[in-house]
Amino acid sequence: MEYFVQQLVNGLTLGSIYGLVAIGYTMVYGIIGMVNFAHGDIFMLGAFAALIVFLVLSPIIGLAGVAVLVLLLAMLVVAMLVTSLWNWTIERVAYRPLRGSFRLAPLITAIGMSIFLSNFIQVAQGPRNKPIPGLVNNVYNIAGISISLKQIVIMVVTATLLAVFWYIVNHTPLGRAQRATEQDRKMAALLGIDVDRTISITFIMGAALAAVAGSMYLIYYGVASYNDGFVPGVKAFTAAVLGGIGSLPGAVLGGLLIGLIESLWSAYFTIAYKDVATFAILAFVLIFKPSGLLGRPEVEKV
Amino acid sequence: MAENIQNSARQDDSLFQKGIKEGLFAGAVSFGMFLLYIGIVTEQNIHNELVYRFRWGALAAFVLIAAVGRFLIVTVAQPWLAARKANAKPKVEEKGLFRKHFLKIALVFLVFYPILAVTLAGTQGSLKYVDNFGIQILIYVMLAWGLNIVVGLAGLLDLGYVAFYAVGAYSYALLSSYFGLSFWLLLPISGILAAFWGMILGFPVLRLRGDYLAIVTLAFGEIIRLVLINWTDVTKGTFGISSIPKATLFGIKFDASKEGFAALFGLAPSSAYYKIFLFYLILALCLLTAYVTIRLRRMPIGRAWEALREDEIACRALGINTVTTKLTAFAIGAMFGGFAGSFFAARQGFVSPDSFIFMESAIILAIVVLGGMGSLVGIAIAAVVMIGGTELLREMEFLKHIFGDDFTPELYRMLLFGAAMVLVMLFKPRGFVGSREPTAFLKERKAVSSSFTKEGHG
Repeated sequence: MEYFVQQLVNGLTLGSIYGLVAIGYTMVYGIIGMVNFAHGDIFMLGAFAALIVFLVLSPIIGLAGVAVLVLLLAMLVVAMLVTSLWNWTIERVAYRPLRGSFRLAPLITAIGMSIFLSNFIQVAQGPRNKPIPGLVNNVYNIAGISISLKQIVIMVVTATLLAVFWYIVNHTPLGRAQRATEQDRKMAALLGIDVDRTISITFIMGAALAAVAGSMYLIYYGVASYNDGFVPGVKAFTAAVLGGIGSLPGAVLGGLLIGLIESLWSAYFTIAYKDVATFAILAFVLIFKPSGLLGRPEVEKV
Repeated sequence: MAENIQNSARQDDSLFQKGIKEGLFAGAVSFGMFLLYIGIVTEQNIHNELVYRFRWGALAAFVLIAAVGRFLIVTVAQPWLAARKANAKPKVEEKGLFRKHFLKIALVFLVFYPILAVTLAGTQGSLKYVDNFGIQILIYVMLAWGLNIVVGLAGLLDLGYVAFYAVGAYSYALLSSYFGLSFWLLLPISGILAAFWGMILGFPVLRLRGDYLAIVTLAFGEIIRLVLINWTDVTKGTFGISSIPKATLFGIKFDASKEGFAALFGLAPSSAYYKIFLFYLILALCLLTAYVTIRLRRMPIGRAWEALREDEIACRALGINTVTTKLTAFAIGAMFGGFAGSFFAARQGFVSPDSFIFMESAIILAIVVLGGMGSLVGIAIAAVVMIGGTELLREMEFLKHIFGDDFTPELYRMLLFGAAMVLVMLFKPRGFVGSREPTAFLKERKAVSSSFTKEGHG
């Protein structure tokens, strides 16, 4: 039982990272109907930004007491700012001109962008894995279950961000504009919503969440690499589809489920096939519920 | 008159100001973007600790390029484009001799290509041109034509096409090394096995559409690759299968033995003959793919695919069986992937799961879309440009003289590939050959305006 709860905790930690990335996929999909394949690499950019901030700042302010908190905050904020800037630029340069083009064009552009970004980091920062020393290493023992401070930090930050995010989407004029744009872009534009700006902000929000996820990933595993974007990206996309693409609670639910499946499968079956299990479960869910767990079934008008 | 000049001067002035403003903005944005990634580089020192150093020069160069580039775009390129658009005359379509006979010329060139390479570069020197350029490009042409049946004709977005390529390659590798079967027997078998896998994938995804279909096919491709990695008893995992038997020409082997090809024809032993043989083999396979595709398009099943791509609901309403239509598209597309896979294994003599990563699927799909979905010629051109272009980059030794000795062009291969994908899509979203012509028509072929049609719904 304790073993099971332990795996549950591990799975939820991993799942909250996937969930944060999945929100970016699902928001962009909801608002402009494109799969932003480069989102996984935005996540990787976030991890690298946090890594570099850590390297630059940690000799200056040290790693003791409050300094860790400041460092953590600086990593998160800088990573969010930088990746938001990147995603904003990418949307502006690569996706906006293709809006209204045929369906596959933005997808191909996004795949190209994904190849470009991971290779850009490979060229600029070198192909080797980048390890960092542990940032927070405390481990607590609660009723036989060991929870590291890292995991607590990750879950608290995720929960806080989700709350903020939920508030923005549901209770601010900006969120209303986003939801309106998602439902009907043309009508929203007619009613005075600046659609282009709303879409830009959606990309910025998605990137900021991905950056936080990237920083968390870096803190959790203590290593970053230029090709870290692909596998977590695909899993987050899987999570978004599993939860029903376009649905925000679905993305979080899907992320948590994927995290749980992964850690439970690794704990009770073979670790080698954990990704196979994830993808197979995705396929099964989609076969029996093609619009995902919380997604609205697509109604087609003829 | 004077007023006019003043007006245009004022316009130039405001244009200049706008350019400066946007240039500065672009500079500021790029400073923010590149400060961390270009301005600071992280490296491991001799104690294997991560350290950083600043690269202000490179950062300044990036920012400057962004700022000046944006300025030039605003002040020069955009007015020029606007002027050209305003003055554009309706184009008179007149194809030159070259364009009219493009297919024949290309075919003749391909048939004589190895001979040309041998005469120009010598027997050993031709290896590079025949193998790295010729065979490499033709493999991608074949794969892209195979995927074109699924994506371009039937409109089913498949992100896991490389799985069938892997099935074909491993079918040949395993069956030939465990049972000693010959290439010519295994070529069709690989195709058939891949087609079966295509149907296995096809069944569960019949109900899925669009992006759901895309993610499941992607997952399927990853599952196949992960199984190949982890099923070490049979596939030897990441080590891959090596010393796969070569293909033979009517029983004649391509080796240095007495019965080998070179000895039999009294030629000096060289590995180039095998490569030239492979070149003609893949050329023949490509032509087969093209022939089958062209013929199928005229058959009811091909018409059904295209109808399915344009509108699935209308398709059903007209009594087309979408189940068999989709399954045949998957199976036939997969079959060609399987052929290409077994050819790949025979060419390399070695297969490992590393050759079948998602990136390959993405590249093949990119070639199909960049070529203008459904157009065989466009796809071939896209393959030549994208694959040939990146292969060419390996050859750019002279760049070392410009950028210094530690400059390795190979590193930039995929970077430029990604950038090229984005740029081609931005300027030619419909691909190189972007017009879609109706295959079925009454009396005369009328152009379909691309903006009226949607596609790729899956």
